[in-house]
Parts: sequence; C-alpha cells; structure tokens
Amino acid sequence: MATGLKSARTASRKADSKNLPRKLLAPALIFSITLTQIPFLVTIYFSLMQWNLLKPQDKAFAGVDNYIYVFKTGDLLPAVIATVGLTAFSVISSLLVGLFFAVLLDRKFTGQSIARTLVITPFLIMPAASALIWKYSMFDTNIGVINFVVQKLGFSAIGWSTQYPYLSVIILLTWQFAPFMMLILLSGLQSQSSEVLEAASVDRAGVWRTFAFITLPHLRQYIEIAILLGTIMLLQAFDPIAIMTKGTGGTKTLAYLLYERAFVGMNVGQAAAYGVVTVILTIVVATISLRSLFKVFISGVSK
Amino acid sequence: MRTTKGKLITGITWLIAVTYFFPVLWMFINSFKTENDAATLTPKFIFTPTLEGFSRLIDRGMGNYLTNSLMASLISTALVLLLAVPAAYALSIRPVVKVQDALFFFISTRFMPAAASILPLFIIFKTLHVLDNIFALSLVYSAMNLPIAIWMMRSFLSEVPMEIIEASRIDGADFETELWSVVLPIVLPGIAAVALICFIFSWNEYFFSVLLTSANAKTTPPFLASFVDGRGQFLAVLSAASTVAALPVILAGWFAQKQLVRGLAMGAVK
Repeated sequence: MATGLKSARTASRKADSKNLPRKLLAPALIFSITLTQIPFLVTIYFSLMQWNLLKPQDKAFAGVDNYIYVFKTGDLLPAVIATVGLTAFSVISSLLVGLFFAVLLDRKFTGQSIARTLVITPFLIMPAASALIWKYSMFDTNIGVINFVVQKLGFSAIGWSTQYPYLSVIILLTWQFAPFMMLILLSGLQSQSSEVLEAASVDRAGVWRTFAFITLPHLRQYIEIAILLGTIMLLQAFDPIAIMTKGTGGTKTLAYLLYERAFVGMNVGQAAAYGVVTVILTIVVATISLRSLFKVFISGVSK
Repeated sequence: MRTTKGKLITGITWLIAVTYFFPVLWMFINSFKTENDAATLTPKFIFTPTLEGFSRLIDRGMGNYLTNSLMASLISTALVLLLAVPAAYALSIRPVVKVQDALFFFISTRFMPAAASILPLFIIFKTLHVLDNIFALSLVYSAMNLPIAIWMMRSFLSEVPMEIIEASRIDGADFETELWSVVLPIVLPGIAAVALICFIFSWNEYFFSVLLTSANAKTTPPFLASFVDGRGQFLAVLSAASTVAALPVILAGWFAQKQLVRGLAMGAVK
C-alpha cells in the first residue's frame, strides 16, 4: 500500500515534469495565437466581404470579388516590386556600408569606441524622428544641409523626397540600418583568430588578399545573420514611407498600400484582400529565409 | 611611413564617423535655435542658443505623449518577459518535444504581423471600445515583441551550464527553486538585454500607434509628425521634440552596446 502510494506519487511527479514544459509554453502560445493568428483568420473572413466603413449599410458577402479587384486593378504588382526592391536595395547597401564601417572600426586607434558610438547612433534614433529630420533638415530644397553642399559644389538644388523618393527612402534606410549590420559584422571581425591573420602577414599575403581569402569567408556566417535579420526588419519599414514619400515615386509598398486602402479609403474588404495576398507572398519569402535562418541559429544550439 | 599611413586612416575614419553622425548632431543643434535661425539657407552653426523650442513642447503637451510611450513600453515589456521567460525555458532547459516547430511558429509571426492583423485588431478594438487605449496598444506591442524575446531568451538560457541545474535537481530542488534561485540569477544580464530591446522597439513603434490610437493614448512617434506645418517654420521645434523623443533610447543604447548586439542578433553573435 505504502509502496503503491509512493510509486503513484513518483508517477504523478514524473507526469508533472513531463507536463511542465507544456504549461510553461502555453501562455505565450495562447497569447500569440490570440493576437496574431486569430486576427489573420478574421482578415480572411473580411476579405470575402463587401464592406466599406463609409457605407456600413451596404455590408454584404462578396465572395472572391475583392481578390478579383486586387489582381485586376494593377496596384498589386507595383507594390510587390516596391516592397521587394526597397528591401533588397536597402539590405544590400546597408550591408556594404556596414562592412566598410566594421573594417574601419576594427582597427585600434585613438577614440575608437567614441567613433563607434557615433556611428551606431542612427540605428538608435526613433525611426519616425529620423524620417522627419532627414526630410526637413537634410533633404529639404531650401534649408536642407545636403542641398547646401550640392549647391556649394556648383549644382542646382535637388528635391530629394519629391524628385527621387525611391532613392531618398533607400538613403534613409541605409543610414538607419548600416550601423546594425556594422555591429554584427564587427563582432565577426573581432572573433577572427589573430594567429591566422599573423600567419597571413608572415606569408606576405597582402591586405586585400587576406581580406578576400581569410576575412570574408570567416565573415560569411555573420553576413548571413545580418542579411536575414535586416530583411525581417526592413520588409516592414513603414515610417519612412508614410512620413517621407507617402507612397509616391515607386515607394508604395504592400504595407503602405494596405494602410491606404483601409484607413484612407475605409474599404475593409479590399484592404483585407490585400492583407491576405501580402501575407501569402510574405510566407513564401519567409519560408525560404527562415530555412536558412534555422540553419544558422539552430546549429549553434544543438551542438 | 607606417604611422603616417595609420594616422591618415584614423583621420579619415573620424571624418566619416562624424559625417555619418551629422544628421543627429544637426537635430541637436537645431533644437536650441529660434525658428528663424533654423530656417536659414546657409546652415547656421553660430547663434544664440534658446530653450524656446523645448518650452513649446511643454505647451503642446508632449508630456502626455511621453507618458503614453513610457506606459506602453513598460507594460508591454513586463508582459513579454512574463510570457517569454517560461516559454524560452520550455524551449531550452526543459525542452518540449517539438522545439523547432514552436520556434518556427513564433518567429513566423514576426514576419508579417502588421498586414495580417491590423484590420481585425482595429475593428475588434473599435467594437470593444478600446481603440485609443494604452493598455490595448501595450497588448499589441507585446505580441509584436514576444517572438524576438523568446528567441533571445532561449539563447541566453541554453548557455546555463546543465551541470548546475542537474546538481540542484539532485539536491531535490523543485521547479520553482530551480527557476528562481538557480537559473534566473545566472541569466539576469540576458533578461536585462531582452527588456532593453523590447522597450526600444515599443518606444519607437509608429504603425500601430498611428492606427490604433488618437487623442488619449497616442504615443510619441506619431506626435512628432504633428509638428510639420504647411504654413510656417517648424524645424526648431521639430528638432527639439525629436531630440527629447530619441534621447532615452540613444543613452540606453550607448551604455548597453554589448547587450544590444547580442540581443539584436538573437543570440547568434556572442
């Protein structure tokens, strides 16, 4: 009897410790599903409705009408191109600028840590503030500092955010995200073994060859991480577009298009259809990048 | 020769670093100008500094927006930690069977939360009369930051030496003891890094705040845009507002650079 009780207790304890992880995970899982997955299901439902907030009395089931609209009007493809293009260009240019900074700041020199601190600051600035400051104090045609320099060099002032909105957004995003890339690449550079570098310099390998054949391969994993995390963050960049260009000049990304349909046009059904299409497209991109993300991250853990 | 070249590169590095930082410096300088001094065709570096811009922020009620930002950031960060620490525990120290599936699920929600959920959230919040409510906004921020927090926390937890945990289990420590007196003290710096990053993301968030709040619960980022005035000069006051809004995160980031990098790379970079 006593032993039976004891074994029952051990058994229940074992079951407890088996259930414990589930109990620990459940709140986060339920919270996340409630605030992200269920709303998405509701979005799918909305996308099948004819529903304009300005005409609530006309609410009705619409079937796939909204989707036909989405594919017929021809707003979708430009938005996809804008999203992919802006993300890709910003990721690449911030990676290159970040790599340049990482190499410069990897050297030992007077005030190294202060210079690094200055360079990372743009990443810390509130993005809305960055967009406003760039638009009105750097890019402005009259009082912008960049145009002051441009005119000093003998050219005429450039209306950056109106004439070249696409380029302006990329410049702003690069300025913001290059420091992030730099931080990741810098920790990659600093993890290089000094012996290998010394061996290379003994062999008179030269700066460029050492960089191309030793440093770059070593950095590969860090570059992958930087690209993946940069893509996650830049894919959703909304503030610079909403503040600087309002979707003009090829900068109307999927996020901005959806915002425009829903909160300017008040058309819930159409906006929801855009939302669903956006999510499906994102899943495609995300699945591909998440696969590689997993390789990079999980390999570190399972070791 | 070598040192000359070294000095040259150092000089160039400094020049580039300062140029890169210039827009921030310019924002700071402009915040101490009068509107007329800020709107000159030739950038003005020498002027009589004034706190006029900052005092106009008080008149415009920036305090309320900062309070809202602070509340949304603190509440959501606390909630995220409450949810993420146990979840990460279940994904590292006491692994559930399908760790990878769970991780995959969480991170996938980070890829497209806005487009997928903004409309229903708006309509649901409207129906429940919590549109323009700081607690509702905090919930959304928690959902936004949860996946990153779980990933970061898991990487910190998986570095806790298993021997220590096993030793405490042999000593008969129950789960609460294991968590509170063995594991948490070790990962406290990690928790601080996670908290810092969640705070930063919430503090800086724009999209949800624009759409889900209006007069009562609006946070600082959308408030900044309200200084743009089609008729008059506004650069000085805008710069002052931006400086105040950005300063907490700049300072936190400067002092916690190491934690920031580790956290942002979600543990992939040591």
